[in-house]
Amino acid sequence: MQLTRRDAILMGAGAALVVGLPLRAFAVTGDEAIAAFTGGAEVSEGDIKLTAPEIAENGNTVPIEVSSDSAAEIMVLAMGNPEPAVATFKFGPLAASRSASTRIRLAGTQDVVAIAKLEDGSFVKASSTVKVTIGGCGG
Amino acid sequence: MAEGVKPRVKVPKSAAAGEAIVIKTLISHKMESGQRKDDEGNVIPRSIINRFTCDFNGENIIDITLEPAISTNPYLEFEATVPEEGEFKFTWYDDDGSVYEDSKKISIE
Amino acid sequence: MKRLTAAFTVCLMAGAPTWADPVEDTLVLNGETEIVTRTDAPPASADAFDEVISGWLFRGDETREMQMDDFDNPGMIFVEQAEDSWNTAEGDAGKSCADCHGASEEMAGVRPVYPKWNDEAGEVRSLEMQINDCRENRMEAEPWKYTGNEMVNMTALLASVSRGMPMNVASDGPAQETWEQGKELYYTRFGQLELACANCHEDNYGRMIRADHLSQGHINGFPVYRLKNTKLNAVHGRFKGCVRDTRAETFAPGSPEFVALELYVATRGNGLGVEGPSVRN
Repeated sequence: MQLTRRDAILMGAGAALVVGLPLRAFAVTGDEAIAAFTGGAEVSEGDIKLTAPEIAENGNTVPIEVSSDSAAEIMVLAMGNPEPAVATFKFGPLAASRSASTRIRLAGTQDVVAIAKLEDGSFVKASSTVKVTIGGCGG
Repeated sequence: MAEGVKPRVKVPKSAAAGEAIVIKTLISHKMESGQRKDDEGNVIPRSIINRFTCDFNGENIIDITLEPAISTNPYLEFEATVPEEGEFKFTWYDDDGSVYEDSKKISIE
Repeated sequence: MKRLTAAFTVCLMAGAPTWADPVEDTLVLNGETEIVTRTDAPPASADAFDEVISGWLFRGDETREMQMDDFDNPGMIFVEQAEDSWNTAEGDAGKSCADCHGASEEMAGVRPVYPKWNDEAGEVRSLEMQINDCRENRMEAEPWKYTGNEMVNMTALLASVSRGMPMNVASDGPAQETWEQGKELYYTRFGQLELACANCHEDNYGRMIRADHLSQGHINGFPVYRLKNTKLNAVHGRFKGCVRDTRAETFAPGSPEFVALELYVATRGNGLGVEGPSVRN
């Protein structure tokens, strides 16, 4: 079969799907944002939960939830976005739980990270890989 | 003020004293990320809601910093403790300096 | 062209068909109203399907959930905007929609029967055409752009008050000629890709097209809040997008061709509950 440019484009789209190629990663900027939030303190696993879909139907609107028992603040980052910062939730005295949900934009398949500053001043982290599918028709 | 901005909030009308309730908020806003280009290739300037706060009788429940990665028509859901009868105050802060407000009263069962 | 079609088929097959199939789920709105998303195929599509399946069942968990609650459904913002418009007088006659029709809820039952034959005009009319008829002749106001924001918001309001009612569009009587035209269009291959509506939505529903799954192409959920462009999309806007994707010159929204196609496609999904504004990819 002789390959034309159109074939190559069409097949390329198919191949990218199979491999699940991530878009460009800007991990450095994400790490910098984490360092700014933690002041360089150690970040361990612990009291923080991040709920995100394994596969997002559209990167424009991805529902996520963060929750913790003892967080004072939770920062969410999309490590593969051109600007990794997503949101920072600060809980006040009348927060009934240290949890919140929102809908976010993901520029492609990547890791979403939640870092909580706990009441004792320590930092914990949770991470979740979200696969972002490309659309079918004019997607 | 950005065009067509309209806040919506969902709060129960009443609760038991000390009860935890779920609050949902949505505001119609483009959340222009500053990453997009127009047809001529010029970057469309960022224009987003950058902060949201919710207070009850003057005490804070949540204070959220929003970045351009928050979707169009920002949706926020969280939980609040209702110690007494009173009023929730919701405030959204726009990049352009506009402030959008809404409030909801709640009674004690 | 054969090579192209081959490449296209490769793409169709590239995705895992396992999660392209419709899911088993029940659409209950606000914990109260159950909406029919799967039912025996009506006469218009009985040759093609055993049962008709709403596009809702082809979406992911998060997207389906977003439609189940009026607060979570971002499309409802635009319904609220249309409600303001419904109650606002416009035009030289100084009338609002409400002045003639009463509360918007009074319009329950209208969406499910459109497009519909209009005896006086001697034509099949879409809901949009009827709205603009009201604007021009009763309100003496400027007509709205066929797929403009005001129009699509108003159709969302009219759909929202009929949610859960079964689609019940007539294909017979005076509407039959237009219906036949719509059917003809549905099975006509368009564009460089030579695709008819039926090639995707009848022959290949449940399969992947690139990374997305093909539904049966029913329109009971329109207008649709798409996650992709975060706004309400009109059915003729979707038709235009589909025809464009076949690499064809498309018909215009509001054209007689698209009205005929809408009539035909609507009857293929008769029996499915009205969902608009639904949430889709």
